[in-house]
Amino acid sequence: MKPTLSTSPLPEAASAAGGAAPLLSVRGLVKTFPGRRVLGRAAAPVRAVDGVDLELAEGETLGLVGESGCGKSTTGRMLVRLLEPTAGTVAFEGRDITHLSQRELRPVRRRLQIVFQDPHASLNPRQTVARIISEPLLVQGATVRAARDRAAELLDLVGLGSEHLDRHPYQFSGGQAQRIGIARALATGPRLIVADEPVSALDVSVQAQVVNLMERLGDELGVSFLFIAHDLSVVKRVCDRVAVMYLGRVVETGDKRELYDRPAHPYTRALLSAVPLPDPAAERRRERILLLGDPPSPASPPSGCGFHPRCPKAQAVCRTERPLLRVVGSGARTAACHFPETG
Amino acid sequence: MPPTTEPDHPLLRVRDLRVAFDTPAGTVQAVDGVSFTVEAGRTLGLVGESGSGKSVTSLAVMGLHRRARVSGSITLAGQEILGLTDRGFGRLRGRRMAMVFQDPLSALHPAYTVGEQIAEAHRHHFGSGRRAARRRAVEMLGEVGIPEPARRAGEYAHQFSGGMRQRAMIAMALACEPELLVADEPTTALDVTVQAQILELIARLQRERGLGVLMITHDLGVVARVAHEVLVMYGGRGAEQAPVDELFHSPAHPYTRGLLDSLPRLDDPDDAPLRAIPGSPPSPAEPRPGCPFAPRCPRAADATAPERARCAGESPRPAAVPGGGRLVACHLPLSAAPTAPHAGPPGGAPVPAEEAR
Repeated sequence: MKPTLSTSPLPEAASAAGGAAPLLSVRGLVKTFPGRRVLGRAAAPVRAVDGVDLELAEGETLGLVGESGCGKSTTGRMLVRLLEPTAGTVAFEGRDITHLSQRELRPVRRRLQIVFQDPHASLNPRQTVARIISEPLLVQGATVRAARDRAAELLDLVGLGSEHLDRHPYQFSGGQAQRIGIARALATGPRLIVADEPVSALDVSVQAQVVNLMERLGDELGVSFLFIAHDLSVVKRVCDRVAVMYLGRVVETGDKRELYDRPAHPYTRALLSAVPLPDPAAERRRERILLLGDPPSPASPPSGCGFHPRCPKAQAVCRTERPLLRVVGSGARTAACHFPETG
Repeated sequence: MPPTTEPDHPLLRVRDLRVAFDTPAGTVQAVDGVSFTVEAGRTLGLVGESGSGKSVTSLAVMGLHRRARVSGSITLAGQEILGLTDRGFGRLRGRRMAMVFQDPLSALHPAYTVGEQIAEAHRHHFGSGRRAARRRAVEMLGEVGIPEPARRAGEYAHQFSGGMRQRAMIAMALACEPELLVADEPTTALDVTVQAQILELIARLQRERGLGVLMITHDLGVVARVAHEVLVMYGGRGAEQAPVDELFHSPAHPYTRGLLDSLPRLDDPDDAPLRAIPGSPPSPAEPRPGCPFAPRCPRAADATAPERARCAGESPRPAAVPGGGRLVACHLPLSAAPTAPHAGPPGGAPVPAEEAR
């Protein structure tokens, strides 16, 4: 394993919020997992997340995108302390929550919630909907009666209707179950919801319902979202700002429109050009950047820039020197590339 | 090997396919009267959501349903194959038609080398010797773009990355030069940058070999990229069938329209709010009379009472609509808006018009 920097210096210009302290601030986040044992010998530890910096302002929806194994879900789980970071800090509402005990975390969790990808796997099949949504309220000390009333309210809010209170998860379709998962996350009145691939398990015709619901909730309740997804089209619809991850690191961040219109990192460019458009004429006109090979395994990352073996612009320096996130052009855009597009 | 289909015999013709499963809870009619054709050198995209019957249809074409009741007609270059014995299908599968699955890791054998698995099909169908078959395996791995094919042929599936595994699957499927490739969500488990490579590979092999491809997918972007014709399935039936440009530019079925409207688009400059379809797709375990889309259909909702009753009670038959080569199963189809003239599908061959039933 090459020695790597666990933090990267970020100029203040790159931060999301103008003056106010960000709602969420992540610095140098690292997660290593022990290597798999092969024939009794442990392999080198896997650096799944390798020094991630993120900032999210109040009321903002930040998209965290990347392909499988890039560390986006691991990052999301560390933010809500479902996984313990190996290094780095997570500050929420201006307070470092990285080392809080489970007890100390409890009041924080009221305002920091998570929604999972597979709605059915994340709802207890033996509990009623009322019980599922009440649970976080009961943990926070609400009475059963009050929690049930709040659950009924929340079901209405997510468009299901309180008549479903006493049913069980298996009686719901995937889209409905995800609404229940969202209602549970909303129960304690959070300021930030980490949504980990919340629509990717849903049918196309149902995805739009859940996307619209999350947007409405963001507007009406002022909830911020960290939206983790691999689907760049959904992220473009939902998010204000986007961070692109590759091999455990953030390689580009920026305002949504800027990043989609003029990607600075060659990986972002290739990623965007690979997404198939539902328009046959546009597909025929399109020029695609075809990347060679698969994303590398975080168990044996390449030297220097993690993207260099697949990068059409790679030079000698890319093989030896890891690029840090730096401001590119004007505005709040950063890219970790020795040769970013600046046009 | 060029395909040897007669002009009046399309490569694959499926007529009124029905597939039913007997379960403890009763009969599940997973596919309920689906018809389509795949021509040599062309790709038919079979699109649908979960429970639409698209994968069941593809397995029926390959004769891979053991405990299902399958009826209708499936002909390969004019020869009826529905009802063939396992042995009969065994002579076709791998040889004249082959399949690629979504998850290559579970479709490849973990204890045989990738080369052995490709060689096996060749030995089985052509009776070729060990060395000739191995040479063929290495050749195929090279052809699907696997670097160092001779060395990789001696490796096992777990030593391959996801994209390389799917390439190996394609090499295995095409080792015996089949005329028809059935690809069931071949890129769904892959990352988008790898998906682009695999779609490109299938398109190249199709051009070089005149392959007919039946591409099953839920992704309308993939369909727009690779298909010449499209069949949209809903609730076990064909909802709409059309050449790819017509389908995307002027969908005639309200479900197709709804699907397209509900998609977030990378090329939408305004990021307009999504128009979602209310409700969820029907479960094949809970059959209902009438059009399967009627409970979610905005056109049925806005229709007059007798029209609504018809949608709810009478199952629409696929019928030709103006606009060339398209079939729509809908009592209240959308009239084809005059579309701007545009180039035909790649390849430019005229699309055979389906007969109206």
